[in-house]
Amino acid sequence: MMDIVYTIWLRNMKRYLRSRSRMAGSLGMPLFFLLVLGFGLNSIVRIPGSKQDYMGFIVPGIIAMTVMFTSVFSGIQVIWDKQFGFLKETLVAPVSRLEIMFGQTLGGATIAFIQGFIILIISSFIGSGHHTTLQGLLIAAVFMMLIGLSFTAFGIAIASKMEDMHGFQLIMNFVIFPIFGLSGALFPINSLPAWLQSLTLGDPLTYGVEGIRYGLAGVSPINPFMGFMVMAGFTLAMVALGTVLFRQINL
Amino acid sequence: MIEVENLTKRFDGHVAVDNISFTIERGEIFGLLGPNGAGKTTTISMLATLLRPTSGTARVNGFDITTRAGEVRKSIGIVFQDQSLDEELTAYENMDFHGRLYRIPRNVRQQRISDLLSLVELADRKNSLVKTFSGGMRRRLEIARALLHEPKVFFLDEPTLGLDPQTRNHIWAYIERLNKEKGITIILTTHYMDEADRLCDRVAIIDRGSIIALDTPDKLKDEVGGDVVTLESRDTEGLYTQLRKAAWIEHIEQHDGVITLTLHNAERHIAEIVQLSTTNGIDIESISIHKPTLEDVFLRLTGRTIRVEEADIRDRMRMMHRLHRGGG
Repeated sequence: MMDIVYTIWLRNMKRYLRSRSRMAGSLGMPLFFLLVLGFGLNSIVRIPGSKQDYMGFIVPGIIAMTVMFTSVFSGIQVIWDKQFGFLKETLVAPVSRLEIMFGQTLGGATIAFIQGFIILIISSFIGSGHHTTLQGLLIAAVFMMLIGLSFTAFGIAIASKMEDMHGFQLIMNFVIFPIFGLSGALFPINSLPAWLQSLTLGDPLTYGVEGIRYGLAGVSPINPFMGFMVMAGFTLAMVALGTVLFRQINL
Repeated sequence: MIEVENLTKRFDGHVAVDNISFTIERGEIFGLLGPNGAGKTTTISMLATLLRPTSGTARVNGFDITTRAGEVRKSIGIVFQDQSLDEELTAYENMDFHGRLYRIPRNVRQQRISDLLSLVELADRKNSLVKTFSGGMRRRLEIARALLHEPKVFFLDEPTLGLDPQTRNHIWAYIERLNKEKGITIILTTHYMDEADRLCDRVAIIDRGSIIALDTPDKLKDEVGGDVVTLESRDTEGLYTQLRKAAWIEHIEQHDGVITLTLHNAERHIAEIVQLSTTNGIDIESISIHKPTLEDVFLRLTGRTIRVEEADIRDRMRMMHRLHRGGG
C-alpha cells in the first residue's frame, strides 16, 4: 500500500520541483493579496478588541488561501492526466484506485503545504508582528496539512466528474472563491452580522484559517481543538468523497 | 493464452462489440483488423480490464477478466492508442514509475530499465524529458515501459498510428523481435492492411463490432482467389454493366468510383477487358493488376473498403493534437 502511495507522491513532487515557473506563479496571487491588502489597509483598518494590526491579521488567512488554492489545483491536475492519457498507465497497473487516490492526495497536500510555508516565511520577513512559539508553529502546520489534504481530495473529486477543463472556471468562481471569501481569512468573524456569521461558520475553511491564526498569533475566536475536530472531519469526508468518485472514473 | 467467449459491450443502446469469440495461442501475433469504430479498442480495453463487458467473458493467461482482474493486469503489458507518458518526467523516470507501480525490486528494476532502453535505442536519451521526444521515440519508450514487468501477453493498440513509414518499419522490427526472442504473445489492433499482413500470424477482421473472418493472412487472401484487377473509368456504370457479362470474371464489385474484379490469369484477360470497353466506346483511365491484399478481403466481405480516407484524416488530427501537446 505505502509503496504505491509513495510512488504516486514521488511523481507529484518531481513535477512540482521541476516546474519552477508554476511554483512561482502560484505564489504570485497570495503575495499580491498580502502586500496590497496588508500594506494598503494596514493604516485604516483596526481589528476590534485586538492590538494586532491588519497585516498581522491577514497573514494566516493568506497562508490558508495559498494552501487551499494550490491543493485544489493539484487535485484538478487529474483532469490533465485523464486528457493526456497518463491516467490510463496508472489505472491499468495492478494497484487499487484507493492507493492511487491516496498518493495523489498526499502529493497535492505536500506541495500545497510547501507553498503555504513559503508564504509563511516571506510574511515573517515582511513583518507579521507575530511572536510564534515552536508549539504554535506546529499547530499552524497541522491545520495547513489538513487544508491541503481536504482540498486536494476535493479537487480530485471534482476532476473525477469533469471531462475537461471547461468547467474549471465555473468551479473557481462559484465554489472556490466563495469558500475563500466566506472564511475568516480577510476579516474577523465575530464582528459580522449574525446571518453572515452563520455562513462563515458553515465554511470549513474558516476552521482552517482560525487554526492557523491560533497557532501563529496565539489568539482566535474559535477554540483550536474544536477547529481541529471540524477540519479533521471535513478532511475525512473529502477523502471519502474523492475516493468514491475517483473509483467511478471510466476511461 | 487468450480465450474470448461471446464478449459483448454496449454503450447506451449502441453495440460496440457484438458477441465475439476467438482463441489466441501462446507465442502468436494476433491482429484485430478493421476500420475505425469497428470495436477494436473496446475489445482491447475489456481484455485489459479497463472496461467491464456487458456480457460474455474472456480469460487472459488463464485468468478471468471480470473475477481475476488483478492477476490479468500482472500478466499483460499494454501500449495504448493515445500517448500515456508523463511528459514532464524523463524517459528513465517514466520507466521507474512503472517499475514501482508493478512492485519490481529496485536492483531488478534498474537492470531491466537499462536493458530495455537499449533495446529501443533510447539509452542515450534516458535523462531527457519526454516532452522533447518525437512521436516515434515516445512510441518506443511506451513499448519499453510496457515490457518492464515482463508481461506474458502484450497488447498494442494501433502501434504505428500517425508515424512515418521509416519509424513504422522500425516499430515492426521491434515487435517481431519481441515475439521471436522472448516468445511473448502479442495482440495488436490496426487499420493498416500492410501492418496486419506483415506482422500477424492470424488476423481477425472486425467490422461493426463483429468478427467477419479469422485466419492467417495468406488463407484470407487465398479465399479472394486469383488476381485482383482495379479499373478506373469516367463511365464506371457502363463498364460495370459490360463486364458483368464476362464469364471469366469470378467476382466484380463497384465501389468509390472504381471497379474491382477478381479473376484467374489476369494477364491473359487484360486485352479482353480493354477490347470490351473500346467496342462499347468506354474509356478506361487506368488498370492495375495485383495479388489479393487484406484490403481486397475486406472489400469482398463487406462491399466497402476500410475507410482509408477517413482514417487518414483522423491520423492527421491526432498528429496535430500530439504536436500541440508536445508544445504545451
